[in-house]
Amino acid sequence: MTPSDAAAKIAVAFPSAITAENEFRGEKTLVLDAPALRGVCRFAKEALGFDYLVDISSVDHFGDEPRFEVVYEISSIGHGAHLRLKIPVSEDACEAPTVTDIWPTANWHEREVYDMMGIRFTDHPDLRRILMWEGYPYHPLRKDFPLEGRPSDAPGVAFSDVAPLAGGPFVTVPTDGTTQAREPRARHAGELPRPGKLIEDP
Amino acid sequence: MSDLSPIAYDSKIEGNIIFTKLDAAINWMRSNSLWPMPMGLACCAIELMAAGAARYDISRFGAEVMRFSPRQSDVMIVAGTVTYKMALSVKRIWDQMPEPKWCIAMGACASSGGMYRSYAVLQGIDHLIPVDVYISGCPPRPEALLDGLMKLQKKIMGEHAIADQKKALFEAL
Repeated sequence: MTPSDAAAKIAVAFPSAITAENEFRGEKTLVLDAPALRGVCRFAKEALGFDYLVDISSVDHFGDEPRFEVVYEISSIGHGAHLRLKIPVSEDACEAPTVTDIWPTANWHEREVYDMMGIRFTDHPDLRRILMWEGYPYHPLRKDFPLEGRPSDAPGVAFSDVAPLAGGPFVTVPTDGTTQAREPRARHAGELPRPGKLIEDP
Repeated sequence: MSDLSPIAYDSKIEGNIIFTKLDAAINWMRSNSLWPMPMGLACCAIELMAAGAARYDISRFGAEVMRFSPRQSDVMIVAGTVTYKMALSVKRIWDQMPEPKWCIAMGACASSGGMYRSYAVLQGIDHLIPVDVYISGCPPRPEALLDGLMKLQKKIMGEHAIADQKKALFEAL
C-alpha cells in the first residue's frame, strides 16, 4: 500500500473529514477536521494497518488563526507506508483529542506537546509536564516565549531566571567559507542570513 | 644496657615525631584524601571518568574514592550542564554533605551556563552553592581537572580552622 492509496481510502471512508491534501516528494499529508481525527486514526490503524505512531509534533503559526497545528506521523511495520495527518488547533480552545487509546505511545508524545506548546489533550489519562517541572508557568516552545526565558518560582521544586544573552543568540549560517565566516554571530529572528556576503567579508 | 634510665634520651623514638601546627597537619590530611561526590550531568562527566581511569589516575592526588553517597564525600565535582529541573537536586545533595566540604565547578556549563543561554539552564552552579574552584573548558581535559584539584588542595592547605576556633574561644573567655 502506498501513501496515496491510504489517503484515497481515508477519503472514501470519511468524505467530509479531509480539508486539504498535499504531496511533496512522495510524502503524503492530510489536513483533517479536528473532530474527525480519532475516527480517521482508528480507521488508519485497524483497516489500513498503520500500527506505528512515529511522532506527534506541534507547530506554532504565531499571528495566524488557527494558531497551532498538531502533526501526527503514522507508519506501518507491515507495508511500510508513511502518512502525515494534521489538525488545526485554535488559540482560544487550545485543545486536541487524544489518540492514546489507539496508539499507547501517544501518551508521552502528547505530554511533550502539552508541556512545550500548551495544547491540552482531552481524555488523556495522565496529562502532566514531561520535560519542564510541575508548576512551571510557561510553555517554552511558543513563538512569543523568549529564548532566554522568564523568571518563575515554584518553591522547593524549581525556579528559573532570565539567561544573559549578551547580544545573542549566536547562530551559524550554512557557508563554505573560512572558519571566521562560519563562526557563530549574533543574529535575530527576521534577519536573513546572507552566506555569499559572509564569505566575502567575515 | 639493662640499667638504662626511663627518662634518658631514647634513640628509637628519634625521627618518628614531627613538630607542626594542628591546622597544618589537619589540612595536610584533608587535602590529600579528598573524596569526591561525582555530580556528573553531561559530557564533562566522561572526562571526570577519564581522570579516574588508569591513564590520568586521580588517585595520585588522593581523590580516587568516588562516593555516590553525599554523606561520605568532601568535594562535589559538578561536571556538566545544570538545568533548573536538576538544580534543586544538586543543592539538596550539597546540603547533605558534611562539613568541611568544597565544590569544583567543572567546565563552562557548571561555571556559567556555557553555551546554553536558554530558559532551561541554570547560568552557573554558583547561583545555588559556593564554588571553590572553576575549571574552564568545554569539556576540560582530565589534566585540567587534576590541575583544579591541585588548586583546591593548595587552597585547603591555607585554611586555619583550628586557629580561628582558638581565637574565638579566647575572645569568649
